Amino acid sequence: MNMISFPFRRPRGKVHVPTVTLAHGGGGKAMKDLIDDVFVEAFDNPLLAPLDDQARIDLLDLAQYGDRLAFTTDSFVIDPLVFPGGDIGRLAVCGTVNDLAVGGALPLYLSCAVIVEEGVSIDLLRQIAGSMAATAREAGVKIVTGDTKVVNKGACDRMFITTTGVGVVAAGVELGAHRARLGDAVLVNGMLGDHGAAILGARGDMALQSPIESDCAPLQGLIASLLDAAPNTRFIRDPTRGGIATVLNEIAEAAQIAIEIDETATPLRDEVRGFCEILGLDPLYLANEGKIVAITPPDEAEQAVETMRAHPLGRHTAIIGNVVAGEPGRVTMRTIFGGCRIVDMLVGEQLPRIC
Amino acid sequence: MKFVDEFRDRAKADVLAKEIERLLVRMKRDQSRPLQIMEVCGGHTHSIFRYGVEGMLPKSIELVHGPGCPVCVLPMGRVDDCVAIAERPEVILTTFGDAMRVPGSRKSLLQAKADGCDVRMVYSPMDALALARQNPEREVAFFGIGFETTMPSTALTVLQAEREGVKNFSIFCNHITIVPTIKAILDSPDLRLDGFLGPGHVSMVIGDAPYEFIARYYKKPMVIAGFEPLDILQSIWMLLRQIEEGRCEIENQYARVAPAEGNSVALKAVAQVYELREFFEWRGLGSIDHSGVKIRDAYARFDAERKFAVPNARIADPKSCQCGEVLKGVIKPWQCKVFGRACTPETPLGALMVSSEGACAAYYQYGGVRRGRNEAEASAA
Repeated sequence: MNMISFPFRRPRGKVHVPTVTLAHGGGGKAMKDLIDDVFVEAFDNPLLAPLDDQARIDLLDLAQYGDRLAFTTDSFVIDPLVFPGGDIGRLAVCGTVNDLAVGGALPLYLSCAVIVEEGVSIDLLRQIAGSMAATAREAGVKIVTGDTKVVNKGACDRMFITTTGVGVVAAGVELGAHRARLGDAVLVNGMLGDHGAAILGARGDMALQSPIESDCAPLQGLIASLLDAAPNTRFIRDPTRGGIATVLNEIAEAAQIAIEIDETATPLRDEVRGFCEILGLDPLYLANEGKIVAITPPDEAEQAVETMRAHPLGRHTAIIGNVVAGEPGRVTMRTIFGGCRIVDMLVGEQLPRIC
Repeated sequence: MKFVDEFRDRAKADVLAKEIERLLVRMKRDQSRPLQIMEVCGGHTHSIFRYGVEGMLPKSIELVHGPGCPVCVLPMGRVDDCVAIAERPEVILTTFGDAMRVPGSRKSLLQAKADGCDVRMVYSPMDALALARQNPEREVAFFGIGFETTMPSTALTVLQAEREGVKNFSIFCNHITIVPTIKAILDSPDLRLDGFLGPGHVSMVIGDAPYEFIARYYKKPMVIAGFEPLDILQSIWMLLRQIEEGRCEIENQYARVAPAEGNSVALKAVAQVYELREFFEWRGLGSIDHSGVKIRDAYARFDAERKFAVPNARIADPKSCQCGEVLKGVIKPWQCKVFGRACTPETPLGALMVSSEGACAAYYQYGGVRRGRNEAEASAA
């Protein structure tokens, strides 16, 4: 690695107040101390250390991993900031890492831009930064550049985070919805809807005690082993907002194929099912943050399932459906009851039904 | 999952579907007109689409999706009144989730929230009362909506608020009652229905007796039905048995939840807090006598309509809507002129496109659009 190395470590400033104030966004010493004490302290790596306006990444270094750069960005706003199974920091790393990984890229570097509302506690900020750092280590990525803004009370909901990521796609890896063919298998790597149910439960405004934890996890390792086991995998997506139903519709629409899924094969926790039954929600539309939908050729599907099940994040991997002959763009579900229904896109947000 | 999976058992469904087919063959009906069965309740409509029940029935049975979606049948004028209450700076307007999207003539509650009103989603009127306790300096109004199913919980909340002496809590009462509405449908000259699936959760409160007139005077059979797909199939089978044997009775398939005599505690609370309105306006059906309730004078201080002057304007349904004809089973949703064109779940014109329980929205969401057109093309060819 041909990386600029600094002979000395710059002494870091310290924050001595309990909460973030507008002074921390003013560009002066308070801001510098906040960045040093909270973010640099947590993210600690040689590319970030000089605290220049940009991180400089060696192209030759990148080229060893493949022949194309993958580049993505995502913003994270969530209430509550800390929820069972994760927090906004973990989410901000996983979301961008997974967006890179589902394209077949090896995620390498992230940026982190944080907008903080004045009054947020420094301890909370430290906790979130620590969680980002830990998740980045888990995902094998480095957070190499960033930005912090502090806004007036009411101008944002405590904390918004934007992460941008770059990764490298290995030569020969070609994933795309258009590659799906009749008979292909549709796989998911485990229980669906955990994140959506965990967040709704954690908001606490429905007086439901729910033991459900978010599935929030970085998936680059699982995806790498899937691509090893099923090298002709057609396409991978992460069913985040809008859930599996939305992603399947997007795939069917983009590839002009019909997909049929089997309700009995769809992995769902009893807790999530019960949660949805009570509130009149459909788990197919609940968000996931540690799941993929993969389309693989039929002759590689079994191998893919076996390999993914051996991975800690894929223990409940299942083939939930197939690409079928039917109206292009249509997703249908064979119901547990033996009937058939169309699984369409949601119009807006799912709202609980009254009776 | 216990108490759920056993009512979605595929093997039992197959047996029932075959029984229904056998019954129909035995009945030797005139095949030129399908048997029309109305499921009154939106909860049934939702289950029918969710589990694909319609596709398991012979073509000679047609399910007509009735008016039992309280969110759908709420007229725009009432939504406007609710928005007007929400727009008062001192008010926290609380509502069930699916009432958020119902369009008024100006805006929905969802839009009002985006425009700065304090609109909060709750899961029970008791949550709204708790908010009132926590915010003594604000006025908390609850958007009371629903049939006899939700009416008792609102009534009990009013009684609780009275006991506690809470002064900053009120109900914007839009509760409606199912029986006069079924009667209005039965009285319509173009009626073709052969029988009803009765709303199980309403019967949990009111029992069987209020439906007796349907069998006695209108000579139509009814089966009070549960909401799981097996409940619905079994209820259809029971209804067919009645038709085959020439009986017109009110039968109860949902006895595990809905006792014949209803729930006396709930009924007492309802009678204590509400009285019938002379008439209430229904989206798609027009004004129906004695079909809504209002809060009695004794509890006037909990009545948001009296606490806050509301515009109380009557807004006519868009002329192009044919919701009334769909509700009565005269036309299928896709036969409406605006279905899927001017009227979609994103921009609903008519009542039945508003909530996921509305017949049109259910058809639209679960693929009736295409199926409807396919059927129309097939019959034209």
